[in-house]
Amino acid sequence: MASGIKDKAVILGMGCSKFGERWDASPADLMSEAFEESLADAGIDKNQIEMAWFGAGIDAFNVGASAMPLSIALRLPNIPVTKVENMCATGTEAFRGAVYAVASGACDIALALGVEKLKDVGYGGLPQRTRGVENDMYWPNLSAPGAFAQLASGYRAKHGVDQGDLKRAMAHVSVKSHANGAKNPKAHLQREITEEQAMNAPYIAEPIGLFDCCGVSDGAACAIVCTPEIARALGKADLVSVKALQLAASNGEEAGFSKWDGSYLKTTRIAAQRAYDEAGITKPRDEVSMTEVHDCFSITELVTMEDLQLSDEGQAVWDVLNGDFDADGRIPCQIDGGLKCFGHPIGASGLRMIYENYLQFHGRAGDRQLKDPRLALNHNLGGFPHQNICSISIIGRYE
Amino acid sequence: MSGITAYGAYIPRTRLQKSAIADANDWFDASLRGLAKGERSVCNWDEDTLTMAVEAGQDCLSVLDAGSVNTLYLASTTLPFLDRQNSVVVSQALNLGDDLRTMDVAASQRAGTSALIAMLESGSTPGNALLVASEHRRSKCGSRAEMLWGDGAAAVSVGNEGVIADYLGSETYVTDFVDHYRGEDSTIDYEWEERWIREEGYMKSVPLVVSRLLDKAGVKPSDIAHFVLACDQARTPGAVARKIGISADAVIDNHIEDLGVTGVAHPILLLTEALEKAKTGDLILLTGFGQGADAVLLRATDALAGKRPETGFTGALARRREDANYNKFLNFNNLVDREVGKRGELDKQSYLAAMYRRKDLLTGFIGGKCRSCGTVQIPKEKYCVNPECGALDSQDDHPMSAVKGRVMTWTADRLTFDWNPPAYFGLVEFEGGGRLMMDFTEVESGTMDTGVEVSVHFRIRQFDNQRGFRKYFWKATPAQQ
Repeated sequence: MASGIKDKAVILGMGCSKFGERWDASPADLMSEAFEESLADAGIDKNQIEMAWFGAGIDAFNVGASAMPLSIALRLPNIPVTKVENMCATGTEAFRGAVYAVASGACDIALALGVEKLKDVGYGGLPQRTRGVENDMYWPNLSAPGAFAQLASGYRAKHGVDQGDLKRAMAHVSVKSHANGAKNPKAHLQREITEEQAMNAPYIAEPIGLFDCCGVSDGAACAIVCTPEIARALGKADLVSVKALQLAASNGEEAGFSKWDGSYLKTTRIAAQRAYDEAGITKPRDEVSMTEVHDCFSITELVTMEDLQLSDEGQAVWDVLNGDFDADGRIPCQIDGGLKCFGHPIGASGLRMIYENYLQFHGRAGDRQLKDPRLALNHNLGGFPHQNICSISIIGRYE
Repeated sequence: MSGITAYGAYIPRTRLQKSAIADANDWFDASLRGLAKGERSVCNWDEDTLTMAVEAGQDCLSVLDAGSVNTLYLASTTLPFLDRQNSVVVSQALNLGDDLRTMDVAASQRAGTSALIAMLESGSTPGNALLVASEHRRSKCGSRAEMLWGDGAAAVSVGNEGVIADYLGSETYVTDFVDHYRGEDSTIDYEWEERWIREEGYMKSVPLVVSRLLDKAGVKPSDIAHFVLACDQARTPGAVARKIGISADAVIDNHIEDLGVTGVAHPILLLTEALEKAKTGDLILLTGFGQGADAVLLRATDALAGKRPETGFTGALARRREDANYNKFLNFNNLVDREVGKRGELDKQSYLAAMYRRKDLLTGFIGGKCRSCGTVQIPKEKYCVNPECGALDSQDDHPMSAVKGRVMTWTADRLTFDWNPPAYFGLVEFEGGGRLMMDFTEVESGTMDTGVEVSVHFRIRQFDNQRGFRKYFWKATPAQQ
């Protein structure tokens, strides 16, 4: 019986670039910005890194294929570098590779870095791109908001929620994230919005309006990991460790078999349960201090609260409206501003979430510092509600 | 005796108000205002000659066994492919199998009637031959043709069993009369003077060919109950009938004010209307005009009344959506250079090997049904999608183009590129199982919701203008439309 990853790896240092429309910065600039911060934070030399995992989601408008963009950008000393891509779960996938490497003893110190350069494409939103030769012949040209807007129709049909109530709860999700993001100097969008603004913004894909969508930005984030023993040997105290790393990929059942009702994310439910089991969490609502979830769209965050067992089924609308996930609520969500305010440089997002966990555990989160957080859950969802990849990481104090 | 065994019709739902054409163009040509009565049918952006042909064919197959069809002729002067047999695409979308005769008939406005004569004269083979005539003619902005023409398709089948109209004979008169033409490098017709076409063309060719036919058949002109002469000159069919001695009541109206003249499809489309009107024993005279004239004489049998197709001419004409957006019509017919945005610039290369591999899904909308557990799934894949089953190579072909479905999840996407935004799409659950995330078409704003019943329709999925190709797939349409 596998024992899982809990407490087998700790974070030695982290870095995160300023996210935003970084017209001035190349992918290599962004990588360097995050990397230098993490090196200084870890207090090690570049040559002490023995292996690296490199996450980037969209090759065509980004850094190009393979490990080389990272290795060249950082002038790494010819170490093994693995390029990973798993849609929006890419950043967490890079982290998973590095953590597994140090936990296995394959190396002492590993780097996980995720980057995305989205703003070179020439228009707003995510780049329109091929979904594969065969898929392109019959899949709708669905945009990301077009895919996730359908979650609202499925959720409404399942729970009989009034369109107005759902839209108001979706607005609250965004208002809350903007309030948090306004306090984060690295966020792309650092301003508050009102519920009225969110409710009345033009539709992008019914019922998703402009303020129900996360931003699109450039950015990079990275983590340097090792075992607790090595971290201590390097003189580190107050360690932050990995409690769980889980991934669930759709197998076509939601999209093709007459069972899933379109109101929830099947993979999130599976990955969450596995992660709770791996971390030894039995009462998530009592034990999880904070969440960073994949709020690509407000409706995704709302439904995810149920899929993570933090709201009862059909109750997330009311829990959200009640402020349960606000900065002063029972389990703050997106305390750093989330994808909503950071934007979503695909390969970087998972690591950007862990970066916020790390700052919170070290008491370095400034104006948005939470009181004594113990366990943080991060969630990414790549793809569409009907077929996707869900990654979940749980990070906590090493005790 | 051989004859017509079934018929079907299709008319695009969109009806452009002719006043909108006049409003936009009478500054240049004031005479257009006089033609601006009523409306005309226009293809949606995702409709063309082939998609309309499939719809008309399906309507015909609603009263005809698809397994009995041994021949498919497609008649049109607006075939999307000059070298790729268009009738084969239609036959595969209709799931007519792989052992039938197919042929495209083109290059004249009487392509439909000439193809019909060839089928009727081909002798007594068992089974049915299916003719589909379909037309999506382009015309210049602000032209008389734009005002008078429409888009549409019709289908008739010919056979020896279950005949609804006996074949009594036919005649063809051939002469190189060039009332209009379209050269190989052109997409738009060039026409000669209307009065000359009437006096030297219709008024001479049609009476000549009809008199030859009626003499041969021993039928008096006054005995004709239904006279079909497709023509975009409103008063010409009546004048021709008068000259021949056919009663004015027998003349089938050309529907210039509520449909428009649909080119090669028009004689066949008007024949479907005549068949809907005819009583047992009625004589129907069908003519076709172009480089001479065709004439076909038919007599309705007592089987006719029991063979009304699902939609038919009357149903297709009544299923309409008024549109006064002339600019949209220009866009859909490539008459303006529209800014499509960078999302519209994505390369649409068609990978022909992959397309061929997937042709059953793409053209036939064929899914799979698992022999082990009975689960229906689309697309058909290696492993059964039922998590309790998962059998390998267990799925038989399962055609789903006639299966109704219901909308599970949906949206109206204004971000993605679409020729007619917003792009409606969603997850459709089919009766009896199977579900697919698919495009919707013909959705009226404010009518879409979870639970709405849909049927699927063969439509254009994408144009690859860079390489002159177009891809087709099936889209869901709310059933009440």
